[in-house]
Amino acid sequence: MATFKLKINKKTYSLEADPNMPLLWALRDLAGLTGTKYGCGIAQCGACTVHLNGAAVRSCSLPISAVGNSEVTTIEGLSKNGDHPVQKAWEEVDVMQCGYCQAGQIMSAAALLNQNPNPSDADIYNAMNGNICRCGTYLRIREAIKLAAQMK
Amino acid sequence: MEIIKTHYNRRSFLKVSAAAGGGMVIGFNWLMSCAPSQEKAGLAMPDEWFDINAFLKIGNNGVVTIFSPNPEIGQNVKTSMPMIVAEELDVDWGTVLVEQAPLNTVKYTRQLAGGSQSIRQGWKSLRIAGASARHMLMEAAAKQWQVPVSELSTDQGVIKHTSGKTIGYGEVAAQAVSVTVPEEVQLKDPKDFKIIGKPTKNVDGQKVIKGEPLFGLDIQREGMLIAMIVHAPAFGMRPKSVDDAAARSMPGIKDVFVINTLPDGVEPQWSDVNAFKELVVIVGDNTWNVMQAKKALNIEWETVSAPMDTNSYDKALSDLLEKKADTPARKDGNPEEAFKKAAKIIERTYSAPFLAHNTMEPMNFFAHVTADGAELIGPIQTPEFLRKTVASVIGLPEDKVSINMTRQGGGFGRRLYGHFGVEAAVISKRVNAPVKVVYTREDDMTQGTYRPAYKVKYQAAIDKNNNLIGLKIRGAGIHESPVFANRFPAGAVDNYVVENHALESNISTGAWRAPRSNFMAIAEQCFLDEVAEALGKDPIDFRLELLERAATNPVGQNNDYDPARYAGVLKLVKEKSGWGEKKNGVHRGVSAYFCHNSYVAQVLDIVMKNSKPVIQKVWCAVDCGIVVNPEGAKNQLEGGIVDGLGHTMYSEMTFTNGKPDQNNFHNYKLIRNSEAPLEIECFFVDNGIDPTGLGEPGLPPAGAALANALYAATGRRLTNQPFYKEEATISPM
Ligand code: FES
Ligand code: FES
Repeated sequence: MATFKLKINKKTYSLEADPNMPLLWALRDLAGLTGTKYGCGIAQCGACTVHLNGAAVRSCSLPISAVGNSEVTTIEGLSKNGDHPVQKAWEEVDVMQCGYCQAGQIMSAAALLNQNPNPSDADIYNAMNGNICRCGTYLRIREAIKLAAQMK
Repeated sequence: MEIIKTHYNRRSFLKVSAAAGGGMVIGFNWLMSCAPSQEKAGLAMPDEWFDINAFLKIGNNGVVTIFSPNPEIGQNVKTSMPMIVAEELDVDWGTVLVEQAPLNTVKYTRQLAGGSQSIRQGWKSLRIAGASARHMLMEAAAKQWQVPVSELSTDQGVIKHTSGKTIGYGEVAAQAVSVTVPEEVQLKDPKDFKIIGKPTKNVDGQKVIKGEPLFGLDIQREGMLIAMIVHAPAFGMRPKSVDDAAARSMPGIKDVFVINTLPDGVEPQWSDVNAFKELVVIVGDNTWNVMQAKKALNIEWETVSAPMDTNSYDKALSDLLEKKADTPARKDGNPEEAFKKAAKIIERTYSAPFLAHNTMEPMNFFAHVTADGAELIGPIQTPEFLRKTVASVIGLPEDKVSINMTRQGGGFGRRLYGHFGVEAAVISKRVNAPVKVVYTREDDMTQGTYRPAYKVKYQAAIDKNNNLIGLKIRGAGIHESPVFANRFPAGAVDNYVVENHALESNISTGAWRAPRSNFMAIAEQCFLDEVAEALGKDPIDFRLELLERAATNPVGQNNDYDPARYAGVLKLVKEKSGWGEKKNGVHRGVSAYFCHNSYVAQVLDIVMKNSKPVIQKVWCAVDCGIVVNPEGAKNQLEGGIVDGLGHTMYSEMTFTNGKPDQNNFHNYKLIRNSEAPLEIECFFVDNGIDPTGLGEPGLPPAGAALANALYAATGRRLTNQPFYKEEATISPM
């Protein structure tokens, strides 16, 4: 066990954890930020996607000890009032079915648009293929990303 | 306009005391206790709420809360069911808040998510709930104004008198509470619907995009422990001994023990499907610590029934297809004779593997059991049955067990089987603390309750005049045959026989989105395509001919579909897709199926890229009667199509010595974003018939539409799912 000072959503959290504990479980169980979801634990589904200095990472496969000084952003911190362009587009397109995968989808999409404000279809596939939606909302996800790109 | 007696589920509209009939009413909804707020952006909360009936309460400022009775698993009922209440109540949807109702068998009937039945079976009682509340509000206003109620009308939450004076619902809600529930009420004419039929956004949309705690896995409680189960590594095994010394000494670990979730003396409900009743349990302070210690457990397992291999059951199912059944499930005419005089016989065998549900949110449940009662919260499709089993297993009367339903990260049938809820209760009782049971993806995928492996053999007899004169269908599957004897094309073929075989297994199976239909649609619709080709007929025209026969001169009894509605969706998809037009390099497939009371036909276009199909577009024509929420309906159909295509192409569970060969998404493939169709367009038949469900019916036809398009492109008939094994994969774009 060790104490880790993490910068999450612009706040500092002091968390007592096994250094191998993935960031996902530190967020959910220790910081009480349950918006980031568990789906596979092995970097295959994208449900746990968060931003590390603005880039998408799978928090289930990133030990807390490897986070260091990086800025962690979770779905709860993506915007103050749920009004990030990606969130607004998601609502506008009414993407979700069960909704469980959508935090991860939104975080992957937001990171994509950070780096590439006008992604091509191929860029969207590349960025989003790591995020499974078992409900099959893929067409709406693509549409919402395109809408968000226009909003920016 | 329809006058309807409120006797229908009348108890929902009367005041009942909490203790009156099973179901301790815990006076809060779990969402209120842990979600930040109930507020809709820009909606002021009232100072006081007035309970009008089980489905709604009205605030003194006119804001309305509608309780959604059924479990929300992603099928959109938490939006569409309250829309129906709001329609008849005649309020502005913008003033409506929606809350998930807890299990309450006194107030509600059929709080279950299954068989795409929520809307169909809730339609009348939801309308009556809204209409009788509206009536009571008008009575209260009439009394206040001393005028006959017949001089009043309503408009979006406002009561109007013929004289021109108005009063808001909120201002008479207090008085409406004591008005007698009307014996009968008037329902709206569907042509006056303002909310039903209007695309309406998901009521939890804002909360989901902000990552608010809505799901079972998100539950936190003071003093709550995390529990994980370890089930046997193979079907047919159970724990023999546990060496937990190493695990117990690891950080955060509180206890390790073995439980039996269905001990002798407990009468199982239909929903108590579970191959692993005896489990090793490990309890600790947080998920990661428990996961780690779980790996340190040293468990010896013993075999209690013979393990199965994919090769062995596959052969056993094939053998069954060669065996005549003792009695056919249905027989019309004289099939033997027809096949004897056939000029041509076409035969095909189709197969499909076991499938895991793989809801994105793995199984989990919260329970807090004390001497006085049990509080359960979590994702469950069958709360009523879970309560029965929990009460019986932990030895409490049913009215001491409460169940609150969270939003559910997918269902697809998996959460019909609530053993995880029973486990949570048994563990909480044992450790005497609030407990959340959490399955890892591996626990979830290897637990069973799978879509069964199926096979079916189709044989068609064609006479020398090129007529289909006979059809033989023989099915075999694990625990059940997939064939529905009375479905199309039963009723359209003079000589027809269905035979069913089932193979017992210790691998547990359960309902998986559109049970049996999810396989049969593919087999049947591929076979009909092949028969049409042999007859030299257009595949849509051939189906329409069969339906015409079933409509005008049906063969046999009990044909369980309406040929006119079936033909309706085929004609609609034919028109919308421009069927018959030839487009360069584009290959088309068609498929149609009826299940769960709704009719769906699809045309699917592919182009080949490096000998793999790119799915360009799917046209989807649907008859589900009145469409309550067109936005939600389209989303369900799109999802069903993507789900159907993905599983037909890629997914399977196989077994070696009873042990699942797949356990997570690195070895169990689900369809990805770039493989989903470029475009899906949905069309609805507008016929004003009472609505039926859409959670399932979009899925079954999709795989056959793709297989038929692939045949058009390659000349190869795909028969054994998953099709990637026959070297068919969708081109990632
Ligand atoms: S939970 Fe991290 S990728 Fe699936
Ligand atoms: S919305 Fe259910 S998994 Fe994506």
